[in-house]
Amino acid sequence: MNPFFDALLLNAGYNAALVAVGAGLLGFAAGSSGTFLFLRKRALLSDATAHATLPGVGIAFIIMVSLGYDGRSLIGLLLGSAVTAWIGLLMIEWIARRTRLAEDAAIGAVLGSFFGLGIVLLTIIQTMSAGRQAGLEGFLLGSAAGMLYQDAVVIAIGGSLAVFATWLLRRPMTLVAFDAEFAAAMGYNVRRIDLLMMGLVVAVTVIGLKLVGLILIVAMLIIPPVTARFWTDRSDRIIWIAGVFGGLSGYVGAAFSASAPAMPTGPLIVLTAAAIFLFSLVFAPVRGVAAVVVRHHRFQRRVHRRQGLLSLSRAEPIREKFTLRLLLRSGLIRPDGVPTDTGRAQAAKVARDERRWDIAREIHQDAGLTGRYDGLTPIEEVFTPDEIRDFDRRLGPPVAVRGFA
Amino acid sequence: MGADFVQFSLTPILIGTFAAIACALPGNFLILRRQALIGDAISHVVLPGIVAAFLITGTLAAIPMLLGAAVIAVILIEAVKRLGGIEPGAAMGVVFTTLFAGGVLLLEQSDASSVHLDVEHALMGNLESLIWFKATGWESLLDPVALATLPHELPRMAVVCVLVIILMLVFWRWLKISTFDEGFAQALGIPVAALGIGLVITAAIAAVAAFDAVGSIIVIAMFICPPAAARLMTNQLEVQVWWSVFFAVLSAVMGYVFAGYGPLWFGSQNAVSAAGMIATVSGIVLGLACLYGPHRSRVGVGREDTAT
Repeated sequence: MNPFFDALLLNAGYNAALVAVGAGLLGFAAGSSGTFLFLRKRALLSDATAHATLPGVGIAFIIMVSLGYDGRSLIGLLLGSAVTAWIGLLMIEWIARRTRLAEDAAIGAVLGSFFGLGIVLLTIIQTMSAGRQAGLEGFLLGSAAGMLYQDAVVIAIGGSLAVFATWLLRRPMTLVAFDAEFAAAMGYNVRRIDLLMMGLVVAVTVIGLKLVGLILIVAMLIIPPVTARFWTDRSDRIIWIAGVFGGLSGYVGAAFSASAPAMPTGPLIVLTAAAIFLFSLVFAPVRGVAAVVVRHHRFQRRVHRRQGLLSLSRAEPIREKFTLRLLLRSGLIRPDGVPTDTGRAQAAKVARDERRWDIAREIHQDAGLTGRYDGLTPIEEVFTPDEIRDFDRRLGPPVAVRGFA
Repeated sequence: MGADFVQFSLTPILIGTFAAIACALPGNFLILRRQALIGDAISHVVLPGIVAAFLITGTLAAIPMLLGAAVIAVILIEAVKRLGGIEPGAAMGVVFTTLFAGGVLLLEQSDASSVHLDVEHALMGNLESLIWFKATGWESLLDPVALATLPHELPRMAVVCVLVIILMLVFWRWLKISTFDEGFAQALGIPVAALGIGLVITAAIAAVAAFDAVGSIIVIAMFICPPAAARLMTNQLEVQVWWSVFFAVLSAVMGYVFAGYGPLWFGSQNAVSAAGMIATVSGIVLGLACLYGPHRSRVGVGREDTAT
């Protein structure tokens, strides 16, 4: 079997299996918790969170080394990164709430300056005697290859907790995401729910730091929810669809990277997620580009067909080429432009329905029903057969349509 | 402030300053137009651009290709936004993370990593290494032989900075009107859409040139922090732009000085990353402006409103 399928089936060795399962869990957690960020239109908050973890990693390393411990303890570094990420988020929240600056400016400012501070700390660490082999640069882009069993356990436990918290908080968070003022009126504390949402994002970011790195974890929080949005309009489903997409890209991406040497895990996970996104963008049933194009063409054909039939019923010449082709292909006119029997019948029906609508507008002066007239909705869909019979009575007996006597 | 200063510090400070100004100027308008994060997106996209440029042309100094990458990214963001009906922030997030991931992958797969091109370099820049070898003191500024050995980043960054300033001056009225009242600008016959694209491309030029010299952290920070701080100082656009230039220069100079000489004050031998320090200082400046800036609160928001 080829190495990729081996890795997919967890046969590529202990370490590869560990990474694949860890990445899958992380992807599921990131996708489902990132959904609310996306629905709340704050997707890029995750970018600031991720960059704001870097100074925390540096500070934690320096503190641990100066206290005499091994500075590379993953738990310690992750705790440190969570603290600065949280501070960064609070700062964004504070700037956006208390000053005239918009949230995007606050995000960019915190992102840039925290990341700068992190780089400064990294250069300090490089000059420390304990810092030469610290490998903290691995947090920039992740280093799945060196993942240990305990790292995988951290990811598994943390990821499951994040998913569980998402499940617990799904109702208030959905409410706030769709209508914050309504949520406030219902008695929810919107600010606290927002903070919880951000806390969840911080948790996922921190868990994913080791595996995919702080720049690409942003992708795992943003891309799966955006992808899931193509497939559903229901908020209760989008969470889990995003989770599945995230988990899938994590798992498949990790398998890819295990199957080929020197293929970095983080970028492959992100590119897998991006591939799923691209597929959804094009082929999703209702919101996808292909569906939109098909819908547009169908609509265009209906409009042209109706306009053509109306012209036939009034014996007006048709000059629009597309209409002519359309009518010819459906056997409504002959190649020389003269209507066939079916064409006459259909034209007569269109003309009659048009008259029926006129009557309907006289009877129903309010726009409730007649407002649905757009030229394409069949009158049978709006009015009952009884009503239509009534319109026909008022229309009087059928008369010969002009031009077809 | 003798020969050492000219040799080791003068050129990095000047390059940093030019880069900061070139980014801060368009940043003023980006912030007012709620497009602040375009700078963030562009600076992430520069990495795949630089890798692709290297793979195709074999050199690292391919500014037009980098610019091409930035423009492609902007187009992609717009396409994802329109085609998918996705809100701008998320569209940006999808596009730049994907391109960045592609860049990292390309980098790992190619030989580019062997020629002093790596992700850390792209992020941090190497401001400290842009020293002026032939300088012997202030008099070298008048010596054509020594001037010829100036790091090539300095003239390039200076040209870009001047270009950005000229563009700002030429399109000042149009930019101002269309930023504050797009409908009015349209009624006046100003090509609003083209102007918006032009602004983003100007930002991309500044970002790419600055990235080449000082890394992407400075780019992100300088697009946002100085203009945002300036926004809290005044209600006049003209004054705001001057403040933003002042803050940008302040951050660049102080950041470099802190990075180069700060550790010495604490008894350490080694300098820290200048690019990182400049970004940090700009963040601190913004923090101070948020706390004490005379126009920090939103118009029409009373004290009791902000307190909740």
